[in-house]
Amino acid sequence: MTATETRRMAVRSRGGAGARTGIRTDRRPFRPGRLALSALGVVIALVWVFPVYWMLNSSFLDQQTLDAKTPTWTPFGGSIDNFVGILTSGTFFRSLGVSVLIAVVTVTVCLLFAFLAALAISRFRFRGRKAFVIAVLLVQMLPAEGLFIAQYKLVGVSGVNPILGVSILYIAAVVPFTIWMLRGFVAGVPVELEEAAMVDGLSRTQAFMRITFPLLAPGLVASGVYAFLQAWNEFTVALVILQDPNQQTLPLWLRGFIQQSASHAIDWGEVMAASTLVAVPVIVFFVFVQGRMTSGLVSGAVKG
Amino acid sequence: MSRTAADVEERASASPAPTGPPARGEPPASPASRHRTDAAPVRRPRVALTPYALLVPATVVVVLAVGYPLVWQIVTSMQSFGLAQQFGKPAPFVGLENYVALFSDPYTWIVVGRSLLFCAACAVLTMVVGMLLALLMTAVHAWVRITLQIGLLLAWAMPVIAAMTVWNWVFDWRNGILNWLLTGVGLDFDGHNWLQEPLSFFGVATIVVVWMSVPFVAFSLYAGLTQVPGEMLEAAQVDGATPWQRFRDIILPTIRPVVGIVALLQVIWDLRVFSQIKLLQDRGSIAGETNVLGTYIYQLGIGSSDFAMASAMSVFVLLLTVAISWAYVRHLLKEDEER
Repeated sequence: MTATETRRMAVRSRGGAGARTGIRTDRRPFRPGRLALSALGVVIALVWVFPVYWMLNSSFLDQQTLDAKTPTWTPFGGSIDNFVGILTSGTFFRSLGVSVLIAVVTVTVCLLFAFLAALAISRFRFRGRKAFVIAVLLVQMLPAEGLFIAQYKLVGVSGVNPILGVSILYIAAVVPFTIWMLRGFVAGVPVELEEAAMVDGLSRTQAFMRITFPLLAPGLVASGVYAFLQAWNEFTVALVILQDPNQQTLPLWLRGFIQQSASHAIDWGEVMAASTLVAVPVIVFFVFVQGRMTSGLVSGAVKG
Repeated sequence: MSRTAADVEERASASPAPTGPPARGEPPASPASRHRTDAAPVRRPRVALTPYALLVPATVVVVLAVGYPLVWQIVTSMQSFGLAQQFGKPAPFVGLENYVALFSDPYTWIVVGRSLLFCAACAVLTMVVGMLLALLMTAVHAWVRITLQIGLLLAWAMPVIAAMTVWNWVFDWRNGILNWLLTGVGLDFDGHNWLQEPLSFFGVATIVVVWMSVPFVAFSLYAGLTQVPGEMLEAAQVDGATPWQRFRDIILPTIRPVVGIVALLQVIWDLRVFSQIKLLQDRGSIAGETNVLGTYIYQLGIGSSDFAMASAMSVFVLLLTVAISWAYVRHLLKEDEER
């Protein structure tokens, strides 16, 4: 870098500073063509959200409209017939029931177990603590794809109800990360608060329940939503174990629509309506909990 | 793996007597050490059992639902599992024969290679696109950034199954929007089936997986980018550093930890990809030409009931995952110790 160049840059940057007052506070690394970049940003946002929009859009259109040579870009003039058709067919509510049952069991049990374990590793120092933490982290990494054959076989052999079996498998799959998430929340409540309460005459348990527990509510909610999403969206284990059509969760039910398509033409409007019904509650929950999950996954890598 | 879990349990049950004092062994309650780690001194002796009791429920359920299948799988992978065994005959022990058979089958290597290649392509693309989007977020007006974030968040929130259903519709050969668009700009894609050719099948899979994965990467990297000191960037700019130089010499080193972790997670997640491939296969492509590790195990175990081979393959996948995950686990562990 020659001296003149450096000077030119310096002058340019200084000269522009007046016009771009926002830059300094926003710490922007790049500045050229803000308008073009903004346009690009909006276009990318549209591209990314397009499949979601396309699902919603198609869900309101009938098969004739969707079969037409030119696509219909907006749902205006459509109807809710697809939704009515699905909601009155019965299979949706059967699968919804299975999904809700499994999710509720998973969330409740998982939160309870994970909470106790998180308490142990963040409030106590004990022999074997580190081994336990390593085990938690490693188990969390084990892919369902590497275990489902054995789990399938063992649930089959043990004779437990497949729905119960799947619930147990989900609890075990979700508990490690939930422990990890909750551990952060528990550690975030200063133990001094409890100690102060103990000085004032509360027992350790009382101090915990009265002081720390209320402060953990946001953490429990976030972890609960995480567990819910895992159980609600899970596909692999459900596919392998819940083979009886009467015991299918919503993801399997939705898959049923695509599967038919290999044999005959598919009513995409109906399928998209089905897909919408499965996706919308999840999107709502997810948007709500996203921040917590991300920071749990990369915890420490980003210093807040 | 299961050994670790078992270790913990063993210790949990064996511990009460020898573990009287807190492991950290700090002198009782010196008033100066008001650190959180010193919670120990406050408690009464009988509490020494408490942490182990608290771990029991979680440990039991994991041992039952993960540990036991794991052991079963390792044992089964060393047995011969034929037609007779499906009717209840005990399977004979054959040592590592299954592994030898599995890995002398060229098809296994095709599947492994395909998975690794697919994983690498997805991970690299996701990281590059995610990084570009994160940089873009720092370079635009707040309202554009928020628009972008909402778009990404909605895509990210889609359940895999719903996302795959929509993508199947977008790529549908008869009425899919993609073929219409391509035909509209003058290319002949009318009635083109994207899922027929393996290469184009994986092209579709890559697009879908990247679409799903980029939001997480972009959000995490953006969070990292907000930590890059603005003064340093301005100073570099004053000194004449080009945007690329600023990126390479200032931004990248600052956010390297996030980049590393996020990239590692992508590799781990993309290697175990199952649902996406399975759901694309459902549309009628030839499974044999598009199998990855997960779907191959599915085919071996559920499709042809060869539990021994499926187990051997599973054990291989688990070892591979643990080997790759180890760096991530170590990172989180360090995090735990710093607390």
